[in-house]
Amino acid sequence: MENQKASAYYENRAVQFGVVSTDWLAQAQSATVHSPPHNNDDDEEIPFSVISEFDRWRKHPDLAEAVAAIRALAAVIRSSKASTMMQLEIQLKNASDTLKCWDTTSISLTAACDLFMRYVTRTSALEYEDFNSAKSRLLERAEKFGEISFKARKIIAMLSQDFIFDGCTILVHGFSRVVLQILKLAAQNNKLFRVFCTEGRPDRTGLRLSNELAKLDVPVKLVIDSAVAYTMDEVDMVFVGADGVVESGGIINMMGTYQISLVAKSMSKPVYVAAESYKFARLYPLDQKDLAPALRPVDFGVPIPSKVEVECSARDYTPPQYLTLLFTDLGVLTPSVVSDELIQLYL
Amino acid sequence: MDARRAPRAVIDPKVRRVGFFAPPEPDPISFEVSPSANSLSPVMIPPPRHSSENLGLHTRLAATSPSAQESFAAGSYSSSSDFFPAPMSPATSPYSSRIVGGDGDFFAGGKAASSFPRGGFDLTATMASSVPASELTTVSVVNAASLSIRERKKANKGGGSAVEVKDQALNTKQQKKEKTSKAERRALQEAQRAAKAAAKAEGNKASGTLASVNVKPAKAAKPPQKVDNASVAASEKKGGDRPPEKDRKKDVPQPRLQYDDKSRVEKAKRRAVVKQTEAKNRVELFRHLPQYEHGSQLPDLEAKFFQLGPVHPAVYKVGLQYLSGDISGGNARCIAMLQAFQEAIEDYRVPSEKTLVRDLTAKISSYVSFLIECRPLSISMGNAIRFLKSRIAKLPLTLSESESKTSLQSDIERFIYEKIILANKVIVKHAVTKIRDGDVLLTYGSSSAVEMILLHAHGLGKQFRVVVVDSRPKLRGKLLLRRLVEKGLSCTYIHINAVSYIMNEVTRVFLGASSVLSNGTVYSGVGTACVAMVAHAFHVPVLVCCEAYKFHERVQHDSICSNELGDPDVISTVQSREDVNHLEAWANTENLQLLNLIYDATPSDYVSMIITDYGMVPPTSVPVIVREYSREQVWI
Repeated sequence: MENQKASAYYENRAVQFGVVSTDWLAQAQSATVHSPPHNNDDDEEIPFSVISEFDRWRKHPDLAEAVAAIRALAAVIRSSKASTMMQLEIQLKNASDTLKCWDTTSISLTAACDLFMRYVTRTSALEYEDFNSAKSRLLERAEKFGEISFKARKIIAMLSQDFIFDGCTILVHGFSRVVLQILKLAAQNNKLFRVFCTEGRPDRTGLRLSNELAKLDVPVKLVIDSAVAYTMDEVDMVFVGADGVVESGGIINMMGTYQISLVAKSMSKPVYVAAESYKFARLYPLDQKDLAPALRPVDFGVPIPSKVEVECSARDYTPPQYLTLLFTDLGVLTPSVVSDELIQLYL
Repeated sequence: MDARRAPRAVIDPKVRRVGFFAPPEPDPISFEVSPSANSLSPVMIPPPRHSSENLGLHTRLAATSPSAQESFAAGSYSSSSDFFPAPMSPATSPYSSRIVGGDGDFFAGGKAASSFPRGGFDLTATMASSVPASELTTVSVVNAASLSIRERKKANKGGGSAVEVKDQALNTKQQKKEKTSKAERRALQEAQRAAKAAAKAEGNKASGTLASVNVKPAKAAKPPQKVDNASVAASEKKGGDRPPEKDRKKDVPQPRLQYDDKSRVEKAKRRAVVKQTEAKNRVELFRHLPQYEHGSQLPDLEAKFFQLGPVHPAVYKVGLQYLSGDISGGNARCIAMLQAFQEAIEDYRVPSEKTLVRDLTAKISSYVSFLIECRPLSISMGNAIRFLKSRIAKLPLTLSESESKTSLQSDIERFIYEKIILANKVIVKHAVTKIRDGDVLLTYGSSSAVEMILLHAHGLGKQFRVVVVDSRPKLRGKLLLRRLVEKGLSCTYIHINAVSYIMNEVTRVFLGASSVLSNGTVYSGVGTACVAMVAHAFHVPVLVCCEAYKFHERVQHDSICSNELGDPDVISTVQSREDVNHLEAWANTENLQLLNLIYDATPSDYVSMIITDYGMVPPTSVPVIVREYSREQVWI
């Protein structure tokens, strides 16, 4: 029953990265169950092209899901046969809604689509140009937005180098490609630092990250999730990624982030968040239960009695007072600036 | 004293001129006026205004048939209503500017000063241009009416108790400090104003008026400076540094302070429309805020309702409602004020020789001064007034009078709908998403936005419970409680002293706000900060619901430097408990003061979220909204 509730995002991620678990077969069956709804999309031409374009971009190993969505929406503009701005905007909105429905629990996907729509359509020159000029301008802005988003990771990596000093110890939680990029660049710059990876059950994200870092000859120590407080003495800073950055300046990330931030806060260790700006979402959670649940299967290694209830949430919300800085492609920000950026963009 | 004797020479020729040119019918009145004036001159040394007022006084006293005199005054008074307001409005503004603090105060004062000289000179020019005799008579009668008002104030003042005199002495002492600091800092501005006044006098001289009138403008130029001084002193009083004042206080001898400041206080009182009585037993910490006795203002204003004077009846009515407390709350007061202004604009006629933009702005300022006397403005009202004045200033000169008025009225209508009514709907839509089944919501006092949120959530079928926190002396939570229970909501009612007991089971706190300041401070009814701090200690989210038009760019850290004082008598009694009267006649006890604060300030640390018509924002983002809001207003 739990498998049926699992988020498509985590299913695909698990399959893609080859995480082996005893429920592997059950997941495959669940994926099969989800196939029929996907097939229904084949009947419609435009929604199908959006999804297929999205899937094509998504297969790129280093491309974030949100960037794939942005590329897909840009393709919608390029291939659109509309003859007026109104029609084009309607098509774009329909495509955006289709992408969001693909996985309603993915915050970065929703945020990226919203930001893309806002960025592309928010140009005052549209009203005074003929349609073809306006369309080409839209396409230009769409391509620019995609390019900016694609380069975000490199910008963040460069900005973060000032915070990594020789001899420091970094605690990392979750597998974030931005964080990996940061650590990779630091290693390339011949900085000497040590990394603690949390185990990251049940996805075992820490194992993947430790493998990647070992290839870079970075000293890595793998700690089980409950050992965070024990090792916090040796830690100089905490690096986490983000599934989404919300309007309050807090972040939504893999389960355990909130717990680690609480420990770091009480032991006066800085918590740095590496997140692309297209993950900024107009959400304002007040507590953990304020989020739409994103569920995933949990493998305990042994059969669980049917009477036992299992917490299946995949992520948690960390309030802004526990975060020190956000490393984004807009610059190094304090959490309170997130709302300012969102206000200026959406007003 | 020598300087004061000079004006006498000016008065006599003017009086003779009036008597000489009068038509045969009013002959008896003029005849009686002349000897009386002559007999008074050696004894009293009044400024020019006093002189004309005395004339009016004796005219009234000398009348053989009082009823005939009254009917005559009423008839001529109504016909001259357009002409009369011009000189009166500047007189009112300086006094009211004393009450209001901050930048708006200085702006209002400056506006009054700039409008007064124009009005005064127009009056002189009109008289000099040999207007018909009937209008001359009208002018003198109008002065008589205003004089009678002042006469009553003098009589009331004479009856003051010794304690009141003592308080005035202290007050005059404080006034003296301001004068000294003013003299040091504003020397340059004084020189500039003197030069400007001289230029205006010369301009008037160039028009080729008679020699006697030439002397009159020179004298008329002096009052504007006094007006400036009063408003500047008032603004400096608020903004001045405290330590230097303390040092300066020791250096100034008391007898000199008392004399000068006393006259200034008297002048301010004379100009005011509302009769204000200084409170006994004033609280020392809040001496910088106006403290008046309540209860005497409303009957006096009601009695004067049919002597309208410069205030439009719609505005007058709203002022009475403010005084009596019938209209309270930031939104309700703002809407009532704007609707009254709409009516006033509807009845407005542009006087000859004036432009609509300048004259209407001055009129609005006088209305605002009157409303401030009834009750100090809330920040929402201040922002709305600023909006209205900017719309008036931007009116194209090419528009006709009726087109301008229609445009202004539609602007006001749109402001009310978009910034208040529609904003509340957006706030409700956002806030309802934070209410879940099983929630226990706590609210304090009575906020229209919070009430709408609760009723809407109930309408959506959400299952939640409401805790209404209340506090004396207003007990406004009872009104909210009654409305919620009528709609079928499940409610708990507690007094504010029990809030820490109930907070354990609360899941959300919804609060209204009078304003949100730039540093995220929430300025709201007294008690709000207490509730927010308790909620914060229990880790309960605090949600503040406030429309964007109530945001303000001011920064404030406490609730002392700016606040409003209510009627202290209210807290000395308990409703429906006549036996609890231990504080009766508290004013007679010299070492006892009762303090009834209206507002407090909640630091932003205790606020989880501010729900506004621009969405849900953290307190740290208020400056961004203030900036965007200002930009948007320009685009309108």
